[in-house]
Amino acid sequence: MKREELAAKLLAMVTDIAPDVDPATVIPGIDFRDQFDFDSMDTLNFAIALHRELGVEVPEAEYSRLASLDKCVAYLAGKVR
Amino acid sequence: MLSEFRMPALGADMEEGTVVQWNVAPGDTVKRGQVVAVVETDKGAIDVEIFEDGVVREIVVQPGTKVAVGTVLARLEAAASAGAAAPASVVHEDARSSVAASRPSAVNPEASAEALEATAPPVRAKVSPAARVRARELGVDVATLTGTGPGGAITVEDVEKAGVTPRRELPGGMRDAIAAAMSRSKREIPHYYLSLATDVTVASDWLVARNASVPVDERVIFAALLIKAVALACRELEGFSGFYREGRFEESPSVHVGVAVALRGGGLVAPAIMDAADKALPALMEDFRQLVMRARAGRLRASELAAPTIILTSLGDSAVDAVFPIIQPPQVAIVGAGAVGMRPWVVDGQVVPRQVISLSLGADHRVTDGRLGAQFLARIASKLAAPETL
Repeated sequence: MKREELAAKLLAMVTDIAPDVDPATVIPGIDFRDQFDFDSMDTLNFAIALHRELGVEVPEAEYSRLASLDKCVAYLAGKVR
Repeated sequence: MLSEFRMPALGADMEEGTVVQWNVAPGDTVKRGQVVAVVETDKGAIDVEIFEDGVVREIVVQPGTKVAVGTVLARLEAAASAGAAAPASVVHEDARSSVAASRPSAVNPEASAEALEATAPPVRAKVSPAARVRARELGVDVATLTGTGPGGAITVEDVEKAGVTPRRELPGGMRDAIAAAMSRSKREIPHYYLSLATDVTVASDWLVARNASVPVDERVIFAALLIKAVALACRELEGFSGFYREGRFEESPSVHVGVAVALRGGGLVAPAIMDAADKALPALMEDFRQLVMRARAGRLRASELAAPTIILTSLGDSAVDAVFPIIQPPQVAIVGAGAVGMRPWVVDGQVVPRQVISLSLGADHRVTDGRLGAQFLARIASKLAAPETL
């Protein structure tokens, strides 16, 4: 999967979990938490969505690698075919 | 016998609501717990369930109409087996009373999550591919829709009709509703406040180990432990879970823990996890997860908003140490939790780093005193110290 394609897919997942966030306003380099109060429940839902939709199981200890869109792409690019 | 389905009161200060959508039409058979209408309130769009089996005879209030709490929305031919005296909605004889919907007697014990699930259609409704795409765009859950297409299939039109409810906007009246409820609380309820910092290292470590050994969708977050601990403490000490009305307190036979959910547009709602003390942790976590998702998508059910017998407000995801929470009338207590963080802590005469949380209690002095409140907080802390029992 291309990085742009992956980023678009991840953004769609994040805004599915946070329906009150406008995808057009999400800044890739800034942590979700600082941008729109992404909390521990949202992070868990994101991990569940990654498992369901991309087949990637992210251990709880590595949640910090999912903090922003850029970090997610860097972390997941090698794991997603 | 005809019974009446009325506009429910979904909080202490709700006076009116707008019917946005009917999921049923005259002639339809309805089951207790079925979501029959969507009502727009200052708490967002709420799915309203019916509390009686029967057949819809008449839709009295058309979509788009704003009416006062207690107004008859529809008439229903009650099924003989359901008992003619059963209420047709969450509120019945005194729906005008602002607290009616919160009364334990008005909350049907059978309207638990299980009962609601049992009434879900056994087969998946047919959904046209275009409708499915549109549903995704609009954030509409097709499982909640009634199809008007061939063979009951859900069409694009059905999805768009459901999608007219604003989902991303903060309802304009929510700030006013919070202001009214909190002003009333501070005016009427003589609060006392307690706080207790407690070592939760055991619970934190237990949770990390547990989550590492289960599939991702069975992971549990710390707030779920708090919900269960609060529910169990309510079981053991009277005076915190129930309602104060007409000058006296009544303990609720069931413990429904409301969880304060902050909405990103501002404002908050506190829907209930029903019978939280009786639920095993995985089931409680799943309910909690679904509840938060639906709260943020604006798809709460009326019974969930009316039910809480006590509220937990956890600011664990922010950096604050402690919360001094305000009771939501007609409840009599609210538990607050700050962030879990590493603190210097004395264990066996040595200062060691431990994971510590500050629990707090806002309670009604007309019902309990600080001594009982202190026992209540200590009880929650002792539950957290034995996480395997939660």
